[in-house]
Formats: sequence, C-alpha cells, structure tokens
Amino acid sequence: MLNVQKIREDFPILNQKIHDKPLAYLDNGSTSQKPKVVIDAITNYYNWYNSNIHRGIHTLSEKATEAYENVRKIVADFIKAPDPEEIIFTRNATEAVNLVAYAWGRKNISTGDEILLTEMEHHSNLIPWQILAKEKKAVLRFIPITQNFTLDLDKIEDLITSKTKLVAVTQMSNVLGTINPVKKIAGLAHKAKALFLIDGAQGVPHSGIDVANVNCDFLAFTAHKMLGPTGVGVLYGKKKLLEEMDPFIAGGSMILEVWQDRATWNKVPYKYEAGTPNIADVIAFGEAIKYLQNIGMENVRNHEKELTAYALKKLCETEDLTIYGPKNPELQGGIISFNFSAKGGSDSVGIDIHPHDVGTIVDQEGVAIRAGHHCCQPLMRKLGIPGTARASFYIYNTKEEIDQLTFALGKVKEVFARL
Amino acid sequence: MSAIEDLYREIILDHYSSPRNRGELPAPALKIEGANPLCGDELVLYIEEKDGQIKQVKINTKGCSISQASASLMTEAIVGKKIEEIQKIIENFKDMMLKDGSFTPTVDLGDLEVLEGVKKYPVRIKCALLAWNTLIEGLKALQNHKKPEPVVME
Ligand SMILES: Cc1ncc(COP(=O)(O)O)c(C=O)c1O
Repeated sequence: MLNVQKIREDFPILNQKIHDKPLAYLDNGSTSQKPKVVIDAITNYYNWYNSNIHRGIHTLSEKATEAYENVRKIVADFIKAPDPEEIIFTRNATEAVNLVAYAWGRKNISTGDEILLTEMEHHSNLIPWQILAKEKKAVLRFIPITQNFTLDLDKIEDLITSKTKLVAVTQMSNVLGTINPVKKIAGLAHKAKALFLIDGAQGVPHSGIDVANVNCDFLAFTAHKMLGPTGVGVLYGKKKLLEEMDPFIAGGSMILEVWQDRATWNKVPYKYEAGTPNIADVIAFGEAIKYLQNIGMENVRNHEKELTAYALKKLCETEDLTIYGPKNPELQGGIISFNFSAKGGSDSVGIDIHPHDVGTIVDQEGVAIRAGHHCCQPLMRKLGIPGTARASFYIYNTKEEIDQLTFALGKVKEVFARL
Repeated sequence: MSAIEDLYREIILDHYSSPRNRGELPAPALKIEGANPLCGDELVLYIEEKDGQIKQVKINTKGCSISQASASLMTEAIVGKKIEEIQKIIENFKDMMLKDGSFTPTVDLGDLEVLEGVKKYPVRIKCALLAWNTLIEGLKALQNHKKPEPVVME
C-alpha cells in the first residue's frame, strides 16, 4: 500500500485549483508530474556544479561527469541490464527507436526482409520503420488485436517467418492500456532468429522491466513519463549489437581519433552520445528512478491496479460509455480510453460526443485527461473512431480523483442533454 | 450561464445534432476538402455559384461539436448570398474569433455570434475556423477558375 497523501506532498504542482476545482491530474500517459527531489536536482546542478562532462580536468567537470555516469548505473540497475555500458542516453523514447532504425536497420535490413510490429503501436514505433522499409524495400507486418483489445497471439506464429529480422512491440499500449506478453514474444522472435525491440515508454514507468529476464535485444523508454524531466530518453541494447552497429548522430564525443578524411569511433555507449548531452536532466532522471525504487515498482503497479479496477467499475456503471481496452486490471495498466454518446430530448436517438468536447468540459471541473488519437492513428482507424478520451493514473492519484472524473463526465452528459 | 454553457450554447448543440445543408452537390459545383489532422476533423464543402451568387451549399463534416456546428451555421449564413456579402461575413467572423478585446460587427452575423464563446477556449478556436478557412480557399478557387487545393490546418 502506498502512502498517497505523503507522496502528494512531494509534488507541489498537484496542490492547486483549476477553474476553482482541485486539480485531478489524470494525464500521466502523456507525461507524469515531477517530485521536488527531481526539480531540485536540476537547480542544484546549475547552481553548484554546472560544467561539461568527459572533457574538463577541473573539479566541477569531474563532479558532473561522475553524477551523469552514475545515472547510467542507476538505470542499468533499474531495468536489470547486466552492464551500464548498455545504457545510451537519448532525447526521448522516439529518438531511441530512431537510433535503432538508423544504426541497426540500415546495416541489417535489405530487400524483402520483414519487420513485425503490432496494430497498437505509437507513431514513434511505426514511422521510423516505415521510413526504413521504404528505403530498403522491406515489408512491415502487424500483429492484429482481438475483440478484447489484446494482441492476437495465435496469429504471431504465422506472422514471424524466416524473413522476419525484427519484432518491435510496445510493452503497454498508450491507448488501450493493454499489457503485452513481451517475454513470450521475445521467445518467438528469437526462435525465428529475429531481434526483439520493446517500446517501454508506457510499460517501464508503471511496472518496470527486467531486460535480462525478458531477453529483449533493445528497449526504448523516456524519462518524462516516469517522474523525470523532459529531454531524456534511454536506449538499452545488448552490448554485442551496440558494438556492431554504426553510429547514429556524429560529431564530438563519439570519436576516438580524427583525421581530416576519417575517424574512429569511441566505445559503446559514447559512440551513440554525440555532442554535449542533457547533463542536468539526466542527473535529475537518476533522482526520479531512486524515488520510484524507494516506493518499489511492485507497489506502484499494485496501486495502479487498484485505481484501474475502481475506475473501470465506475466507468462501466456510466451510461452510454464505451471503453476501449481489456477492462481487466490484470491485463491492463493504469490507462483507460473511452468514448461517450448522448441521448438528447424525446425525438433524438443519440449522438456521439467527440472526445475533444469531453476533454474541454471535464477540464472545467479540474480534471486533466487527454483527448484525441494519442499518436495512434492506424489504431483509431481500425477501431473506426476519430479518437478517445483517456484517463491515465500514477502513484499520486486517488480514488477521489476518479470520483471527480465520473462527476465531471456527468457534467458532459448534462451539457449534451440540453439537445 | 456557466462558462461551459456559454461555450455549448443551445444553438451550437442543435446544429451539432441536426446539421443543416448536409450532403453533396454534383459537378460542376465546386468541391473542396478541409482537414484539421491534429484533431482528426474533416469536411467536404460543395458550393454552387452563379453570377457571383452562392445558389447552394452542402457540407459533410466529421469532428467535434464546435467544428460541426460552425460548419452548419456557416452554410446557413452564406446560402443565397452574393460573394461580396459573404466576404464581409467571413471578415467579421474571423475578427470575432481571432481579435483580442470586444468586437463590434459591421454586418449582422445572426446566429454566428454564438460561436464567440469559443474564444475563451484557445485550443478550440481552430475547430470553429476549419469550415471557414475551407470556404475562403473555395471562393478563391471560384474567382480564379482553378481546381481548389485541400485545406489542411496546422
Ligand atoms: C507507447 C509510447 N511509445 C512512445 C512514446 C514516445 O515517447 P516520447 O515522446 O517521450 O519520445 C510514447 C509517448 O507519447 C508512448 O506512449
């Protein structure tokens, strides 16, 4: 059990009113809030030891380098990576996926090769592969979703063939909340000699991951969705693969020796960290992970399970509401997508209420949710909807906030009941 | 009236649930598409013009209540009018939606005035403007006797 009231004290932003109502921040799938220790780590760095890393001989630079490199160890420990050198800092999860598509993909994908994705991927785990496939005349395939909004595992074995070079799957859908059986898929991919990449942008913040146990080849995730600052992402890759791949972005820091016409590359992970990195935010990200580790990822997951179960029950009781997701807290993280329809006056049969209208009205009640396609346009097209309203939870959310959401949804109905 | 009722005025909800001038017109009526990809709002506008007058307007829309109501209200405001009159309505409407401070129309905007409430919700102004920006391009195409390009809002 989490001491949510105590946790909330660490997040100054939560203690405010929006349109005279207490803020209920239920948009954690977009970005999480940051505890004071994370914010302080940023100002602390700039106030007391701001300097460039890996190059200065002076004390401040040594201090900054040590703090930055220490976060590599913290991240490795958090995801159970055998070696901190397998951790590459990027700008975000998107850049981490692009790094693989560029540095691994351009070397290893050729005409006719297949890349297997799923129908529930975020654009950031789709577009990099589209561009690669176009360039290399490779083929993208997609694991379909079932009526239950889970991956259709029966279809996977047919979809993974001798041509499949990579399987790339989200750990948790940012729309449906579905938690995918990544360990099982890793096994199927490896059986076919394909590599396996996990988009952990949603999964890692809410249930963590054990990359050694899952046995993925690559994992991408992003600090800002897990209490950390924006501007920091992580690519985990198996050391051997990272050593074989070519660089992604080129310039300073990623080289060893340079001549006018050629250069040799620095060792992994520096080979992939060209230029001055986001030192302050990486250091603050370390504090975010420590904060989560203090709570314990199992407790995080259990708290969200409880909130999700409660919210599902409340939302299922709400009339004219459709939920897109497994509707089972065991199969789904703290993300619930839904749409609303309204029945108006006596002669009206009911119309759909657009998610943007839902978002605007609940905002007036202090409730922050996301409305739209959530960077998953192909999934929306498959579901035949323009978008969804989405509530997503984290460690500081309470059942009262879910009550505030259902109350606000009542207001949506009231507004449209005047039809 | 609460802030939210000021946005979702009855006229807006009425046009949302029973949109006017819905449908298509056969060629040679002008056909132009508009989209707001970030929201997923889409529409197709058909205009039949003769001697500088808009004889018929039809529109097919997909989107939120604000974008659909604005499109429906727009068709009512322009059908049967001379293009010069319509240009004035467009100018007034855009001023109402985009200019800071209080606004005094130079033409009678009629029911269109209910959309002024959208101004308090900056992220939704785009929704109200989609149909109008599409109309502007459509009229340009009519004047230049050119095939119109789809309007894509950012
Ligand atoms: C499933 C998923 N993948 C990838 C991303 C991209 O994360 P970022 O924008 O930080 O690169 C997101 C976040 O929007 C996401 O939800």
